[in-house]
Amino acid sequence: MPKRTDIQSVLVIGSGPIVIGQAAEFDYSGTQACRVLKAEGLRVILVNSNPATIMTDPEIADATYVEPITPEFVEKIIAKERPDALLPTLGGQTALNTAISLHENGVLEKYGVELIGANVEAIHKGEDRDQFKLVVEEVRKKIGHGESARSVICHSMEDVLAGVEELGGYPVVVRPSFTMGGAGSGFAHDEEELRRIAGQGLTLSPTTEVLLEESILGWKEYELELMRDKNDNVVVVCSIENFDPMGVHTGDSITVAPAMTLTDREYQVLRDIGIAVIREVGVDTGGCNIQFAVNPEDGRVIVIEMNPRVSRSSALASKATGFPIAKIAAKLAVGYTLDEIPNDITQETPASFEPTLDYVVVKAPRFAFEKFPSADSTLTTTMKSVGEAMAIGRNFTEAFQKALRSLEKKGSQFTFVGEPGDKEQLLRDAVRPTDGRINTVMQAIRAGATPEEVFEYTRIDPWFVDQLFLIKEIADEIAEAPELTRELLAEAKRHGFSDQQIAGIRGLREDVVREVRHALGVRPVYKTVDTCAAEFAARTPYFYSSYDEETEVAPREKPAVIILGSGPNRIGQGIEFDYSCVHASFALSDAGYETVMVNCNPETVSTDYDTSDRLYFEPLTLEDVLEIVHAEQQAGPVAGVVVQLGGQTPLGLSQALKDNGVPIVGTSPEAIHAAEDRGAFGRVLKEAGLPAPKHGTATTFAEAKAIADEIGYPVLVRPSYVLGGRGMEIVYDETRLESYIAESTEISPTRPVLVDRFLDDAIEIDVDALYDGEELYLGGVMEHIEEAGIHSGDSACALPPITLGGFDIKRLRASTEAIAKGVGVRGLINIQFAMAGDILYVLEANPRASRTVPFTSKATAVPLAKAAARISLGATIAELREEGLLPRQGDGGELPLDAPISVKEAVMPWSRFRDIHGRGVDTVLGPEMRSTGEVMGIDSVFGTAYAKSQAGAYGPLPTKGRAFISVANRDKRSMIFPARELVAHGFELLATSGTAEVLKRNGINATVVRKQSEGVGPNGEKTIVQLIHDGEVDLIVNTPYGTGGRLDGYEIRTAAVARSVPCLTTVQALAAAVQGIDALNHGDVGVRSLQEHAEFLTAARD
Amino acid sequence: MTTSTRGASKVPAVLVLEDGRIFRGRAYGAVGETFGEAVFSTGMTGYQETLTDPSYHRQVVVMTAPHVGNTGVNDEDMESRRIWVSGYVVRDPARVPSNWRSRRTLDEELAAQGVVGISGIDTRALTRHLRERGAMRVGIFSGNALPDEGTMIAQVRQAPEMTGADLSAEVATKEAYVVPAIGEKKFTVAAVDLGIKGMTPHRMAERGIEVHVLPATASVDEVYAVDPDGVFFSNGPGDPATADHPVAVMQAVLERGTPLFGICFGNQILGRALGFGTYKLKYGHRGINQPVQDRTTGKVEVTAHNHGFAVDAPLDKVSETPFGRAEVSHVCLNDNVVEGLQLLDKPAFSVQYHPEAAAGPHDAAYLFDRFVSLMEGQRA
Repeated sequence: MPKRTDIQSVLVIGSGPIVIGQAAEFDYSGTQACRVLKAEGLRVILVNSNPATIMTDPEIADATYVEPITPEFVEKIIAKERPDALLPTLGGQTALNTAISLHENGVLEKYGVELIGANVEAIHKGEDRDQFKLVVEEVRKKIGHGESARSVICHSMEDVLAGVEELGGYPVVVRPSFTMGGAGSGFAHDEEELRRIAGQGLTLSPTTEVLLEESILGWKEYELELMRDKNDNVVVVCSIENFDPMGVHTGDSITVAPAMTLTDREYQVLRDIGIAVIREVGVDTGGCNIQFAVNPEDGRVIVIEMNPRVSRSSALASKATGFPIAKIAAKLAVGYTLDEIPNDITQETPASFEPTLDYVVVKAPRFAFEKFPSADSTLTTTMKSVGEAMAIGRNFTEAFQKALRSLEKKGSQFTFVGEPGDKEQLLRDAVRPTDGRINTVMQAIRAGATPEEVFEYTRIDPWFVDQLFLIKEIADEIAEAPELTRELLAEAKRHGFSDQQIAGIRGLREDVVREVRHALGVRPVYKTVDTCAAEFAARTPYFYSSYDEETEVAPREKPAVIILGSGPNRIGQGIEFDYSCVHASFALSDAGYETVMVNCNPETVSTDYDTSDRLYFEPLTLEDVLEIVHAEQQAGPVAGVVVQLGGQTPLGLSQALKDNGVPIVGTSPEAIHAAEDRGAFGRVLKEAGLPAPKHGTATTFAEAKAIADEIGYPVLVRPSYVLGGRGMEIVYDETRLESYIAESTEISPTRPVLVDRFLDDAIEIDVDALYDGEELYLGGVMEHIEEAGIHSGDSACALPPITLGGFDIKRLRASTEAIAKGVGVRGLINIQFAMAGDILYVLEANPRASRTVPFTSKATAVPLAKAAARISLGATIAELREEGLLPRQGDGGELPLDAPISVKEAVMPWSRFRDIHGRGVDTVLGPEMRSTGEVMGIDSVFGTAYAKSQAGAYGPLPTKGRAFISVANRDKRSMIFPARELVAHGFELLATSGTAEVLKRNGINATVVRKQSEGVGPNGEKTIVQLIHDGEVDLIVNTPYGTGGRLDGYEIRTAAVARSVPCLTTVQALAAAVQGIDALNHGDVGVRSLQEHAEFLTAARD
Repeated sequence: MTTSTRGASKVPAVLVLEDGRIFRGRAYGAVGETFGEAVFSTGMTGYQETLTDPSYHRQVVVMTAPHVGNTGVNDEDMESRRIWVSGYVVRDPARVPSNWRSRRTLDEELAAQGVVGISGIDTRALTRHLRERGAMRVGIFSGNALPDEGTMIAQVRQAPEMTGADLSAEVATKEAYVVPAIGEKKFTVAAVDLGIKGMTPHRMAERGIEVHVLPATASVDEVYAVDPDGVFFSNGPGDPATADHPVAVMQAVLERGTPLFGICFGNQILGRALGFGTYKLKYGHRGINQPVQDRTTGKVEVTAHNHGFAVDAPLDKVSETPFGRAEVSHVCLNDNVVEGLQLLDKPAFSVQYHPEAAAGPHDAAYLFDRFVSLMEGQRA
């Protein structure tokens, strides 16, 4: 039976900002779903607070609401749009939880909205651990297989302590209920650990519930992705085996598809359990994933958990198999059955089959512990990775080594050079799962460890261990061979060795190895991901490389443009860049090019086989890109390679690509150098007569000191050529400068450290602009809320700028044009300015798409990335204005005075990290970027827009209650007016003695509370930290105390994170928040769709 | 000290197709030469079951899954007493097996049973070739002194073809034997062994059936000598067009109205018994992911397939046959091949695929229950 006819409109809920455990994969799945539903003729209404998503592009849905995903705001949207149905299974845990709230508070019933794709009972059965245990018991009764780990549900610390006794002692696993990405779970080996993990878990769980479980550490871990339709047809889309045994969150594990070490009998048991579970839970239509642990000693199977929705794993499974789970889930939700849906890739066979793979897929996690030096880097059942890379090969070793080099992180590839170290020590180190444990294991093997020893210490399956030995043996062969022969190179490449690795082993240069290899005719072929192991012909060119015999790349006529993506998500380079690449693909396809996407990030829209004409799922290294360019040049004309949209990764390849004869379109590698190199950029500024803060470059402490002495403290120091402010710091005195230089290991004569004058109290401004060589199009001007010195990626900002006047915009425009022209930009440029004492300083320029492009594009209703892609290939701004891709007149610097204000707020991952003592990590913002994602708030006035951005990022601002204020001396003056406003809004103020005194002198009453260091008072008066923990504080303002004192408010801020109390760490944020609170207290806050927003701006422009 | 030759042969091997395409790799299993029909199997698990499935007799099986042998060989998952494939083609054989039930490596097992294989070739290229050109004869030659290409091609072209091959007697049991019911015995079934897999009588035994497995040459009298409540015709190798004897036996069973169930070859025999033709598929169905629709319920099951021939029966109508009305009960959604037949006036049905599912998913296990219901119905 085909589609339901009783549903005309559907509300889809997205997943909000990118956070650890809930990332770009939900943009991929949500985008697929919205497109499918729209193609089915339904009116699609979308809510997602994250502007850096493809799904929130105005053409993906009929009405797109970039509004906070809270029950309050979603209700407003429902009241306005009156959808027939709500599809909650494609936006991760956020969407699911919001849908449940709307069901439970009666909103869905009130407006007659039907939940499709999942019912509330099934969601509870799948997610509530107690209920899920019953499900597993039922399944065991029915089919005789499957059981749960023995466990105890606890609602208090007393329950928890008693529970351990019941389970027979430590270690135990603690899992809070209803948290995403396994937040708050972990292993407790003793009572101290238990109290900490369980205490936090009880807090994190919305139902104050944690589960204690018997330990199954070291078992084999598997996952199945299933789909079910309304006729009870069930298919298993993919099996995934974790390389890392139980104990590491699957998001942090290296995972492999298909499962490698199961016999058919055992696999079918998992499949039978999976199907029985999906039926018992009652997932009527759609996808779910189920995780299993298998005892390697005897095959005992434990069902760990299920997600009754599309998940991170389902995105991975879709990319791994070519079976688009989200797309099909959306079709099932509106009434189709699996046999009615064609398989996109074969176009002949139906979706009611199970994909079979003739290749191996390996996913490797990307971590960012370097951003959180105090965080404990041990991997546990709480997910900590910020991104992932996937690679495909014709065998495990090929896929595995490709995945490791896709991580694009120093040391991620195996190295076979130098002394491995002490075997015993290496083995002992390998016991603790960490980022890079696999490299420790390889060194242990090099140091002489036996397969049995490796298994004993790591519990990694012996088959995988043997694959590591295989890799090591081939490295030995490479090392020992008298020369690089065709046979040896072919064998090495067949097992995934990069030219760089071979070069390292042989003591050669990478390009020399490549030359030899090419001379010997050893080149990769490209195979197709086709869902069916070649049983049927594939119509979709979704390729991966392999050193095998036959290539499947077909010849083509149209000129191709190769777009290089941004690789695994990491802090500083995330989904925003994928957004720009996807836009380029769309725009260039419209302009008549054959688009070719290269990327290795399975979470993204760019790696959806539907996005570009051809997809190469490949690492973004020079070697891999050169081979793809070669293959495409064999297939037909190549117009060029786009490097400026995928962030620093492709930008970093541009010169080398050009040196190898690859045509780079858009901004040239020389121009990129002119913007990135300090000296060259200095000359550009000098010629244009633009001021930059005083600065110098140093390679030693003495040099740095001399520069700092001349320009005066504080200074901003950072290594050159970095993204996301890596290693950047504001240094207030010489002592710290000395230790900074000593700690910075990456400093060398070719990689000096940059020392800049730090502009205290400056307003920071970000500009995105297009330049075609003749004309400048000012995309947008963003005014940061926080002052200069806080990384632009972590700072909130407003567009149009809220305190800049027409004269300032004029200056910004002139400066931007001068820089774009001086550098030689053809496409996008992002420039950061600082306004201090009426002087407009240029901080830096990036000749590429920036993180803010999606935000700017949405705020101004102009597709900047699309325009940039066209300019790269020769279109002029005038032509694009004529075509309608850009407005006919005016630009992003000339928005009407009554234009709505858009506010971007960054979302920080504090709650994910603990130090080795289990304490939270500090939450103070600084020049090094640490946010994982962003939200956008849009409304007619700044206050409301800011309040929305806060609601989207961290939860609603309080409108009454108790506010605690404790600020650094330098902030005390600027705190007085906002504090008075808080009192006017009915807040009770709490303050530490120093701040209270200042407030008192200004006629504002504040209750003095005890500092943590003062301890509990004589009459039991609680300290501020205790008050926060006890839920007695609704808003916290705590600014760090300049030099040396940054740790002063540490305990206050970490308590705020633990209790999810809004915590403002700058006075600028306080001022903005007060405006927000004021707006919230003055009447109803409305919602407006991006389509309405665009209509308003377009009308104003005409 | 481990060495790089652990489990990985350096002995050269060549795979030669009858149309002259050649793949060069390394020997796997026994060293020597072998011939057969080249077919590919897309299952990602269950190589041990595949190798021991008698339906693969005289076939050289190409595994599309690149890693084979990872779980070694155990003593429980054999589908018959020996390996039947005439040759084995894999890309990346395991050097070290890993599974708590594993007893030995697959390489050792193949060598011990004299099965010549080849590893390290582009199995996907070979699969695509077979998909486009159809299943064809193939030879694998391994050893340090190999004939020249022309000689090898000529040898391959002299090997017998699958069309017209009558093979079931070669693989079936010579002596009748009994598989006892598990638990209480409820029924007796005479199972004609045309190449039966071990799991089939086991699935029946689980349902209280005592299974009398009879040789392929069993006569009607021998079938009825066990006083069966139902008669079963198994899977098996070869061209159904040659299976005149089992067709005649089945017609006698249909005549008597004894409940009848056939699997795979048994389905083709039912087709012929009813007067339908059979034909050779271009490259067959071999895998464990095939979507089959049960046309009576509309439900889709994911099933295990291993067939190179199929029944030619009309999909869109009920057919009149000498045994009353018959219809196509199951169809493969990938290509609309007939996957099941049922009589509407007599208790008889068959499927082209493998509900016993070893290897493969258990979705179609209900067919054994359907057989039980037919036998119950006959008693009532």
